Amino acid sequence: MRALVAVKRVIDYAVKVRVKPDKSGVELNNIKMSMNPFCEIAVEEGVRLKEAGTLSELVAVSCGPDKSQESLRQALAMGADRAILLKTDYRTDMELQPLAVAKLLKKMVEKEDPMVVLLGKQAIDDDSNQTGQLLAGMLGWPQATFASKLAFNSGLTGVDVTREVDAGLQTISLKLPCVVTCDLRLNQPRYATLPNLMKAKKKPLEVVDAASLGVDMSPRLEYLSVEEPPKREGGRKVDSVDELLDKLRNEAKVLA
Amino acid sequence: MLPRQAAARVPLLRALERSFFPPDSSHLPFHRTLCFSSRPRRAAAAPKEHSSNRYYVPQFQRDARFKQLDGEDVDFFRGVVGEGGVLTDEKEVAPYNLDWMGIYKGECPLVLKPRTVGETQRVLKYCNDQRIAVVPQGGNTGLVGGSVPTFDEVVLSLANLNKIISFDESTGVLHCQAGCVLESLYQHVEERGFTMPIDLGAKGSCHIGGNVSTNAGGLRYLRYGPLSGSVLGLEVVKADGTRVDMTSLLRKDNTGYKAHQLFIGAEGTLGVVTAVTMICPFKSSSVQLCLFQCDSFDKVVQAATECRRRMSDIISAVEFFDRSALEMVTTHIPGSRDPFQSASPFYLLVETSGQDEACDYARVEKLVGKLIEDETVTDGVYAENATQIQEFWKLRESIGPAMGHAGKVYKYDITLPLTGMYHIVELLKERLKGIPGHTCVGYGHLGDSNLHINVLAEDLSACQQLEAALEPFIWDYIKSVKGSVSAEHGLGVMKADKITAANEMAHVELMRELKRLLDPNGILNPYKVMR
Repeated sequence: MRALVAVKRVIDYAVKVRVKPDKSGVELNNIKMSMNPFCEIAVEEGVRLKEAGTLSELVAVSCGPDKSQESLRQALAMGADRAILLKTDYRTDMELQPLAVAKLLKKMVEKEDPMVVLLGKQAIDDDSNQTGQLLAGMLGWPQATFASKLAFNSGLTGVDVTREVDAGLQTISLKLPCVVTCDLRLNQPRYATLPNLMKAKKKPLEVVDAASLGVDMSPRLEYLSVEEPPKREGGRKVDSVDELLDKLRNEAKVLA
Repeated sequence: MLPRQAAARVPLLRALERSFFPPDSSHLPFHRTLCFSSRPRRAAAAPKEHSSNRYYVPQFQRDARFKQLDGEDVDFFRGVVGEGGVLTDEKEVAPYNLDWMGIYKGECPLVLKPRTVGETQRVLKYCNDQRIAVVPQGGNTGLVGGSVPTFDEVVLSLANLNKIISFDESTGVLHCQAGCVLESLYQHVEERGFTMPIDLGAKGSCHIGGNVSTNAGGLRYLRYGPLSGSVLGLEVVKADGTRVDMTSLLRKDNTGYKAHQLFIGAEGTLGVVTAVTMICPFKSSSVQLCLFQCDSFDKVVQAATECRRRMSDIISAVEFFDRSALEMVTTHIPGSRDPFQSASPFYLLVETSGQDEACDYARVEKLVGKLIEDETVTDGVYAENATQIQEFWKLRESIGPAMGHAGKVYKYDITLPLTGMYHIVELLKERLKGIPGHTCVGYGHLGDSNLHINVLAEDLSACQQLEAALEPFIWDYIKSVKGSVSAEHGLGVMKADKITAANEMAHVELMRELKRLLDPNGILNPYKVMR
């Protein structure tokens, strides 16, 4: 059984993000980028399914510029078998939006014929949390989002997915093929060991011009401005309840 | 003479919570966690209170020539630094009296916190006239008891001299006061595309003045060299209160003796550093980190040398630790995990800091391929993102704190010839074999041939036996291989008696001459550095 796993190259989780002075977006120059943490979890899950014998092949896909190959290389080092880069110069944190990515991934599904598509639940740059859902809708496949546990049945015809929802945990049963988006507690991704890094160099990494797939990738949402959240000010002590009420009413403006 | 405390419980240690290693501190040049003041951060706490931890008991008397403070002195000080600048309350004064390890405890009744250089000058002049002994103190993170009083010396805290005066964004020249916390300087210069030339676990609490006064080494010594190379000038206040402004914003200036260099590493015994001018290196945009497993120390040295040779232009850290050290960390530090499936006797951490991610990665890939092919390393992991870089660094940086959590630790910081550097650890492990309840670990700045040996006494009843077995054995060994008894931590009060064994006689005499010249009454940090 083959699975497709989609990965996105984003600004590194630990990096302090800075907004460009013209408020058109976030500063990307000279900023450390790495694989989206939720995508890492998705890759890890795919690799574990391979190790368990459930999957026979794991194919990693990414949409983005040339440099996205770094994330694909990491996926290969973690254990994916092949990788495909759908190359585009659209800015991946703003211009290339979930709808476009879902359409591109649909083309990949048609080409690769996987039984499962694994994705991270959302990217940490745009926090859209839409790609997996849109893809499932386009394919007409069942979907399980925010997965914290996957259990395939012995015939490999379906999978029970435990989802993290507001009320707690929900377990649903899906027929294959299906789309699953992964949440934080699904697994702890492995480190890339050096021998695997060496092996990854020899694994196939195909670069395809995304435009050649005949998909309309243009953005549907227009970003009006990107601003930093207001700076946190120091707290102050007040001397009386009246003073507190006055400040809440006139400074913080949270009381009528 | 004030009575010395004998075996005593260590009070207030929990309340002190000195941060030696803030848990989320990053070792990336391009990201620092925030630390707004010089207050110790709530983080991996200093060694826990342990039932029979003892304080260091000096084997010498308090110098009777020093005046014992009286009410008039306190009034004078109040007049100079204001009410807020004088601490006399026992609870307030306690943290200034105890070092980070919880071993060196002074009994100074008074802490002074001047707000300006002028106030510092007036305070020192008065102390010199009255023969009041003074301990200049920065972040109090030193590891040789040099930053706290031995008896009742007054603590002169530079914490309020914490302004950044200027920073040149084209050249990286920084001018700041001595009380600036290293991490706050990091924040300032990183926003402008630079980084600091020193990096140590204590960066959330230590002051640049203290770093300079102790010639602090740290994790990136390999790349940026000693502070004597980065410091362009200093402003110093002499014991008699004279202010000597040797600050310079000029990178090159050969117009006289480099007198400011005397104060670098003098541990506050020749003068009080009040301001620093230094040059900061450019920040690196590309950090590559690998953690290797090696099955022998010889292989560690081989691998490290190969890494340094191939990456000589971008290498920024070469550190090692042994299996026992890693086990201490994974056992005592929450959230830490062994990155490998199997154990290994040695671990080697190599970091490069460059400006071209793709280029640097390609070089690392090639290097790693060779190391695996030649079997110099048995395995390794590569940090794929900033979080993993932090995780791997945590394994190395938490060794000290991890040991501190578990009991009383005997720390040795030594320089030895690189080949066979680990042999002493093997000898010690053999020598200490019969003694129950102890762990001996070896780790350190391999790239600088600087070994740290920590011996943990889990069971305090073993202390006496351990001490007898460790010293003078280890000092004799170091002497026999012509190593250094203190690579980077300095002498403080712990090793002040070693100065004559560590240096030629004429050299020590020269040091004494300088001390007599600059501090004739000996009020600056007495009992430290030389005894």
